[in-house]
Amino acid sequence: MVKASFITALNLLVFAVIGTALLALTYELTHDSIARSEEQEKLKLVTQIVPADAYDNDIIKSTAQLPADELLGNDDTTIAYIGRLKDQPSIAVLQVIAPDGYAGKISLIVSVHDNGRIGGVRVISHKETPGLGDYIDIAKNKWITIFDGTSLESIKDSDWKVKKDGGQFDYMAGATITPRAVVKAVHKALKYFAQHRDEMFKPNSSAKNEAGQSKGEAK
Amino acid sequence: MTPQEFKDILHNGVWKQNTGLVQLLGMCPILAVSTSVVNGVSLGLATAVVMALSGAAIAPIRDYVPNEARIPVFILIIAVLVTIVQFSMNAYMYGLYVVLGIFIPLIVTNCIVLARIEAFASKNPPLQSALDGFAMGLGLTFVLAVLGGIREIFGHGTVLSGIDLVFGETAKSWVITVVPNYHGFLLAVLPPGAFITLGMLIAGKNWLNLRAERKLHGAGATIVPVNGGCSPAMH
Repeated sequence: MVKASFITALNLLVFAVIGTALLALTYELTHDSIARSEEQEKLKLVTQIVPADAYDNDIIKSTAQLPADELLGNDDTTIAYIGRLKDQPSIAVLQVIAPDGYAGKISLIVSVHDNGRIGGVRVISHKETPGLGDYIDIAKNKWITIFDGTSLESIKDSDWKVKKDGGQFDYMAGATITPRAVVKAVHKALKYFAQHRDEMFKPNSSAKNEAGQSKGEAK
Repeated sequence: MTPQEFKDILHNGVWKQNTGLVQLLGMCPILAVSTSVVNGVSLGLATAVVMALSGAAIAPIRDYVPNEARIPVFILIIAVLVTIVQFSMNAYMYGLYVVLGIFIPLIVTNCIVLARIEAFASKNPPLQSALDGFAMGLGLTFVLAVLGGIREIFGHGTVLSGIDLVFGETAKSWVITVVPNYHGFLLAVLPPGAFITLGMLIAGKNWLNLRAERKLHGAGATIVPVNGGCSPAMH
């Protein structure tokens, strides 16, 4: 009897080890190419939310490192892309995280013009329910474009909510938690921009300097 | 595998023991994602691939798994396979992953995968098991396509919306607008609409079965309920 259970346990262990090894191997083999395709996808989305006439620099290479911040919703330093027009900072692309989606974190990019208006918002990755919450993805629905052109001035703080909560943002029946999380994250991104605009937009500083400075100030 | 065996397995999976209409397994993903044809077919095909793979992977080792440990071992193998499929698609077929990726983790939770392993792959050779899994998946795809189509027409007034995600921009013109300027019918989009539509599909299939039976055996014939993969009689 004891021997039988021992064999069963050993058997389970063997399968668990083989399964874990297979997964680890697959992860190793695919990790780099997954990271590459996600990076490419992100860059494609970055150019979607930055109007072509808003910058004339190589925006992908012009970055600033932003330390983790409650308003950005992240735990690590992230990169912001800074667009410049005739050497003057004109637009920033922030990476933010909405921690309270229906199925975990929703990762977003938000572009904010010099004047505090949103250029556009895109979802980089999410795990929301297919067919219900996934309309936040531009590939599925135009919903996410409701943020275009909004700012802290054009919509007052108490209206940064979905209509169901008394705010002014539309949502689709069947999924309220998802848009609620996105609206909140975009609102916080705008607040972050308002507080940190000057650090990110130091005039005439190269991208590298800027990264160093914003880090320095954070300390 | 004899041709007759091949035919039987296929017929069983696609029609006679259809997972969506007869066995009624894996209802959660069926009801959640069947809001459009494209979503339904995408999840159906992904499930078919995983079911074929897990059938082929589990049948050869069926004699080495002790009876008491079989459920955790089977679930472990299914989960490993699903994750490998997800990683590989993400790495090598990114375009398709963007469309299907979100559905893939749902497959592990689908009871039908484990049910077919338990009812078929743990008792049959690998080739037959792979075919059984794939046929069951095809049957599921068929139900999801019909269910998705009906819900999409009533819910949004279109058919094939989102097809451009699978076949690229040129496919945008394939979307058929059945009712122009349709304002949408919420019930069809939400889960209750899925239950109602599925109920009607099941009734429709039973009616077809009854008609076939009466043609064979005269007007008084009735249909005998088919034993599903998870029914107590199988255990």
